[in-house]
Amino acid sequence: MASLKDLRNRITSVKSTQKITKAMKMVAASKLKRAQNAAEQARPYAQRMDKVMAALGQSVIGQPGSSPLLVGSGSDHTWLVVVATSERGLCGGFNTNIVRAAKRRIDSLLADGKDVKILCVGRKGRAQLRRFYGPRIIDVIDMSGMRSVGFADAAAIAERVRVMFDEGEFDVAIMFYARFQSALTQIATEQQLIPVPLPTVENGAGDLKAGGDAVYEYEPSEEAILEDLLPRNVSVQVYRALLENAASEQGARMTAMDAASRNAGDLIDRLTIEYNRTRQAVITKELIEIISGAEAL
Amino acid sequence: MAELMSFELVSPERLLLDLQVAHVVVPGSEGEFGVLPGHAPLMSTLRPGLISVYEDEQKPPQVFFLKGGFVEVNSEGLVVLAEDTIDPESIDRAQLEQDIKNSMEDLSLAKDALELERAEKRLAWMKPLQEILKH
Repeated sequence: MASLKDLRNRITSVKSTQKITKAMKMVAASKLKRAQNAAEQARPYAQRMDKVMAALGQSVIGQPGSSPLLVGSGSDHTWLVVVATSERGLCGGFNTNIVRAAKRRIDSLLADGKDVKILCVGRKGRAQLRRFYGPRIIDVIDMSGMRSVGFADAAAIAERVRVMFDEGEFDVAIMFYARFQSALTQIATEQQLIPVPLPTVENGAGDLKAGGDAVYEYEPSEEAILEDLLPRNVSVQVYRALLENAASEQGARMTAMDAASRNAGDLIDRLTIEYNRTRQAVITKELIEIISGAEAL
Repeated sequence: MAELMSFELVSPERLLLDLQVAHVVVPGSEGEFGVLPGHAPLMSTLRPGLISVYEDEQKPPQVFFLKGGFVEVNSEGLVVLAEDTIDPESIDRAQLEQDIKNSMEDLSLAKDALELERAEKRLAWMKPLQEILKH
């Protein structure tokens, strides 16, 4: 049986762990709030962009000579998989879920005889993917220096992907991230980046009809505008994914730390009971020794 | 009584302005143009330049520098999707000149397509800004 001193030490150590997890939970909660705000503020731009893209796409689609960003490079042999994860751990199954979804997709692509290149955003995903696809990982984008995701960061990633596409390094790009549903649920999601998927009129462009009946004049021309918007659209998609990911990460961390604090509480209760029992046993033992000593006289 | 229309200035990070305005002058890629209430539906790309927002024809406008973007004019008003905006008053000219010089250097030293594109992009908005500041 553990001695009283051992038990006391364990209780103190679990208590200080609990303090840390509690603090981390609160920090995650406030960061989650901030991340959600950022995601909300970014929504108007993305919505308008979708609306315009939908309107333009309808009229341009199917025409020869459209931008390769829209129609693809004509092949689907080489895939670029962008896996967005977090920079830090201690956030429950967050990274594992994203990596698992990405892995499933990559394996099925490889089984189909496609070539896959991987671009990791965030160090945690790389650590998990390296074991399986070491040489396929072309680069890791480190986000640890950033306190919050800015559009410029997302644009830099998107630019990089675009330049690679222009140089013919891949044919199709997809991105994995966790869509934020609530602090409890985050859904690992796959999103196609290139060729740019056109938002359909049904979703994302519900109020298109308000101004959509009117015939727009285009300046310079529909094709030129689309040419200008497509790269920007890729940036917006990446930005949106990163924002969702940031919110999901904090949500997952909050939930994980809440569970950890509760576990620590349970452990403390159990240890305290054991500590008290041991203490009583020690007292009883001492009494018996004294009494039997006295009786022997 | 002047008619008003809705005006929204949106950047990827947030909604910057949401106002009722009387008149807006935007730097279209084919030339500056003014938009008044009742303008025909129009979509246009923007070049780097100044956008002037008149909430009231009598008052001086609010002026912003846009690094480029996109404008949609519909029956209700206009929506500007801006890459980024800068308040022209807040710009340090010496700093800008230095930035331009640095970007030019980057341009000549660029090792790959990515660096080249980044430097070109920076210059694409810095130079017009410098031109505007001269006046």
